[in-house]
Amino acid sequence: MSRPDVVVTGLGATTPLGGDVASTWDAMLAGRSGVSALTQEWAAQLPVRIAAQLAVEPSEVLDRVRLRRLDRSEAIAIIAAQQAWADAGLAGSDLDGERLAVSVGSGIGGATTLLAQDDILEASGPRRVSPHTIPMLMPNGPAAWVGLELGAKAGVHSMASACATGAEAIALGLDIIRSGRADVVVAGGTEAVIHPLPIAGFSSMRAMSTRNDEPERASRPWDRGRDGFVLGEGAGILVLERAEHAAARGARVYARLAGAGITSDAYDIVQPHAEGEGAIRAIAKAIADADVAKQDIVHVNAHATSTPVGDMLEIGGLHKALGDHPVLSATKSMTGHLLGAAGALESIATILAIRDGVVPPTINLDDPEPGLTLDVAAHKARHMEIPAALNNAFGFGGHNVALVFARP
Amino acid sequence: MTRDEITTGLAEILEEVAGVNPDDVAEGKSFTDDLDVDSLSMVEVVVAAEEKFGVKIPDNEVQNLKTVGDAVSFIEAQS
Repeated sequence: MSRPDVVVTGLGATTPLGGDVASTWDAMLAGRSGVSALTQEWAAQLPVRIAAQLAVEPSEVLDRVRLRRLDRSEAIAIIAAQQAWADAGLAGSDLDGERLAVSVGSGIGGATTLLAQDDILEASGPRRVSPHTIPMLMPNGPAAWVGLELGAKAGVHSMASACATGAEAIALGLDIIRSGRADVVVAGGTEAVIHPLPIAGFSSMRAMSTRNDEPERASRPWDRGRDGFVLGEGAGILVLERAEHAAARGARVYARLAGAGITSDAYDIVQPHAEGEGAIRAIAKAIADADVAKQDIVHVNAHATSTPVGDMLEIGGLHKALGDHPVLSATKSMTGHLLGAAGALESIATILAIRDGVVPPTINLDDPEPGLTLDVAAHKARHMEIPAALNNAFGFGGHNVALVFARP
Repeated sequence: MTRDEITTGLAEILEEVAGVNPDDVAEGKSFTDDLDVDSLSMVEVVVAAEEKFGVKIPDNEVQNLKTVGDAVSFIEAQS
């Protein structure tokens, strides 16, 4: 049985750089930072007082009553999914819901709802806890809401693999279409945990940048002055579609999702494998699965979070698995780290890089690590033909996901 | 408190919790069928009404409150 091709026909996002894909992509190409100082009162006592907050508040898009029963991560998943759905030309279509699945995950889930309702419990007692608490904090909430919104009846799935979630959710979408279980999968990730507890937790791990006085310069992958990641929030959603199905309805195709590679380290709960062994295997598997020549993969949107250890391990892995020819980009230098949404947002950047023939810049790379032996489009976007490109995403727990996108 | 005042108070709660247009709230209206208030929102309405009117509305009573008028009568009798 021949394996069906899978293509990307719709994109949606709400990010620290813009309320949709077009504004986000324009800001990326211009090298703008979405990181700013946290001016909320609660931030004053924290060691980290910067983050990449949404450019457009959900309240500007969804009505007040609707937002009462949505965690912020659910609201932005719905917003991004609505955009992707319309972008794919599927709004108002008669697509059979039994051929539509959803694969949308989050790294941390409805933590802000949990904490806010716990405050209410402590202050006012159990009767005042919102009856919407459970559907707001359940990890499958974003996927379930997107499924409800779009009428998906072929299964709603909620991947959770920390910072690899968005990419792994897309990989699951690929599997679902290849298996024949659905013709269309709405796939991606969402995250909204800019709140003192998650910040304090990451901060206690010494994982976050404390460059509080220079927010826009804080996320600096591969730079010798990097001191940790910058927390971001947002959602990225892709419409994946069986290629023949897309062709039959005359859909515009952005790119082919050519292949995916998934591995796990079985090494440490938070430290990446010392030689990047799992990452190398994931990249190699993705390339093999994609059936694309290595030399055609000329661009990589790297995981590169701006942490001292992880950034350079990935460089070693790319060298081994792909070679020394790709031009790299670390778009987290502009968006911050969207955790469970990162792999989805960066897949969108990878797809648009292929479409437009441009590698987005890596900002703040002023003093590159001596070990940065691969070419990076530092500071400025670089125009070049991109037949195929790779997106990496790694997560606490030892999750490694690599995705290969190619011209349709 | 008059029945009209209680109805107005309920309309304010229904607008806040479920986005119901206050002009649609009248004693004959069913919460679920006419005003589209689902079961979770009804829980919120009950808790907010207890606070606003200083009454207790036991869970086993809520199922009998089908219409705005039912709720007005219950609150009127309690207060």
